[in-house]
Amino acid sequence: MCDDEIDKIIEKHRGKSGDLIHVLMEIQHQNHWLPRDVLHRVAEALDIPFSRVVRVATLYKTFSLTPRGRHEVHVCTGISCHLRGARELLETVQRVTGIRPGETDAESRFSLETGSCLGSCSLGPEIIVNGTHHARMTPAKVEDVLKDYQ
Amino acid sequence: MNRLQSAAELENFRAGILVARDPAKPCIAVCAGAACHGLDSARVARAFEAEVAKLDPGAGVELRVTGCHGYCEKGPNVVVGPDEVCYFEVKPEDVPEIVARTLTGEVVERLVYVHPDTGDRAVHMNDVPFYRHQTRLLIGDNVRIDPMRIDDYLAVGGYASLAKALFQMTPEQVLDEVKKANLRGRGGGGFPAGQKWETAKNAPGKEKYVIVNAHEGEPGAFMDRALFTGNPHKVLEGLIIGAYAIGSQRGFIYTRHDSPQLIKHIETALAQAESHGLLGENILGSGFDFHVEVHFDVGIFVSGESSALMRSIEGNPPEPRPKYIRTSVAGIWDKPSNLNNVETWANVPQIIGRGAAWYAGIGTEGSKGTKLVSLSGNVVNSGVVEVPMGTPLRKIVYDIGGGIPGGKAAKAVHFGGPMGGSIPASLIDAPLDFDELAKLGAPIGAGGLLVMDEDTDMVDVARYFLEFLTNESCGKCVPCREGMRQTLKVLTNITRGKGREGDIARLEDLNDVTGAACLCALGRTASDPLKSMLRYFRDEYETRIAAGGEAARTNAGSAAK
Repeated sequence: MCDDEIDKIIEKHRGKSGDLIHVLMEIQHQNHWLPRDVLHRVAEALDIPFSRVVRVATLYKTFSLTPRGRHEVHVCTGISCHLRGARELLETVQRVTGIRPGETDAESRFSLETGSCLGSCSLGPEIIVNGTHHARMTPAKVEDVLKDYQ
Repeated sequence: MNRLQSAAELENFRAGILVARDPAKPCIAVCAGAACHGLDSARVARAFEAEVAKLDPGAGVELRVTGCHGYCEKGPNVVVGPDEVCYFEVKPEDVPEIVARTLTGEVVERLVYVHPDTGDRAVHMNDVPFYRHQTRLLIGDNVRIDPMRIDDYLAVGGYASLAKALFQMTPEQVLDEVKKANLRGRGGGGFPAGQKWETAKNAPGKEKYVIVNAHEGEPGAFMDRALFTGNPHKVLEGLIIGAYAIGSQRGFIYTRHDSPQLIKHIETALAQAESHGLLGENILGSGFDFHVEVHFDVGIFVSGESSALMRSIEGNPPEPRPKYIRTSVAGIWDKPSNLNNVETWANVPQIIGRGAAWYAGIGTEGSKGTKLVSLSGNVVNSGVVEVPMGTPLRKIVYDIGGGIPGGKAAKAVHFGGPMGGSIPASLIDAPLDFDELAKLGAPIGAGGLLVMDEDTDMVDVARYFLEFLTNESCGKCVPCREGMRQTLKVLTNITRGKGREGDIARLEDLNDVTGAACLCALGRTASDPLKSMLRYFRDEYETRIAAGGEAARTNAGSAAK
């Protein structure tokens, strides 16, 4: 992400209440992670101490301070999915991808996240890859679904 | 679009919309709610678009992509008006046949509801058991509304209540009506909304705020998203009426960043309301000004707590504060801030429109109106359900929900997610009522109803909820941060067969401390699921602990040999 784009985002939200969160959120959405130099740039532009920027960036779970993989794999671990076998599903996804929740593999292919609840409980247990839902999953189907994401 | 300048102009505009619509002509509503969307209803909608585009424009078939219809289990859902023929599990291949049959007034038999046990068919919405037992005052309009079109909301009478409030009632009368209706907050606490409004109204200072809490972070709760995504103007209308009653010129909508569809619908609704003169300066020429901005949670459960949410809107980390002074007196930037959740605001237009007496006629002595329930877990029909307060849980789980899949027996029902409680299946005739369920130890919370079958491990369920909250605790106060960690440790040991004698007493001790000493509701109610388990399923815990002790002794014995 180039400095111009970042400055554009900063100017868009400058002066609004909660501008820091809005700025970080938009950068996260576009860049998928928040590099340190970007946080410095935001801190300087908004005249906020760097420590406060880091505090906000580390507290909210959506903000990532490390680079992400090409494909975001999300396993819903909401209670309804849990009752329908999300734990076994997650274990299989971990085995297939070789990473744990919050991690990205060495080839930057997958990042794995868990979370609840996405509001589509009737589809549970499910995994969501890059926003596409794979509903009513079983551990046996995991490999087949993930092989389409290279 | 010229901004509407009076109530009469609004009514003229509405009449213009209605004249252009022929209620007898077919209208196809494709559900794009969260679950149907996950089942790729977008492809179904595109297939309908292509098919309808082929028709002679004189055929008058209208197509509408709508919010959640409710019956998520059988998505993608399609409802064909005018007489609401319901088609379930529709695939793009089915679309040409549906359109062709619709034109000739026939029904595609293979896509209608068939009862799994009796084999009875149900063609129309009101005959499908899932819908038949509901009273859909709030969610029912979803089928009739494309959330991206304000005209659809106006066509079902939208914003008439706002006009009534602005031109026929004083702010005091509006407040009085909401108090008389005894509308209780739908977000969890069940606190009377009118009383909260009154506190904010009477609080000193001219600058006041109203807030829609659309955070909905509770696992297993998805009804607010269904309502807000499907009918954003209804919530907005309630908010504007509330702002008028309280005397607020600035409102906030606080919602999740991870629902792109919801955000799009909210932002479109705000822009359309503004361009129609229903929001912004001088609403409908009444002299009342009101502006709304949207803020986002970026992934932390505690930011749904009112004081934490307000810190987040200010741009600070969402840490709760002690509430010796209510947020309705000192909230955002220490100004009076009235927060209600989505469903509470959505109830306001009908209370003003149809009157408190009508509203108070629905429900029980202490709980009025209808309640949205997210039905999920081990149940045949997951989905969004709306029933009058006082409806027995049995009716929700069996008549609407279709009972337990796989011929199993119900073991428990759980309300309120990680801060709620479980009651055994033997109490399933209890009514859906704030006070009755709270007495039983399963407070309604936001309305997530989870059904658990006979195979459910109740120790694991308590552990699951506690693990969720332990990860979500902001860590500011010690009883929450450390108390939950210790409780989780004990529970995890029990589930791993390492339970020790005295564990139950230890858990109860920890429950007492976190329940009394935590700063906010997250910590104070974190032990509620466990308390309900120890009340109704204590023997299961005792058995597990004893088995753990037994296993430990056997292991020690074999090691000694």
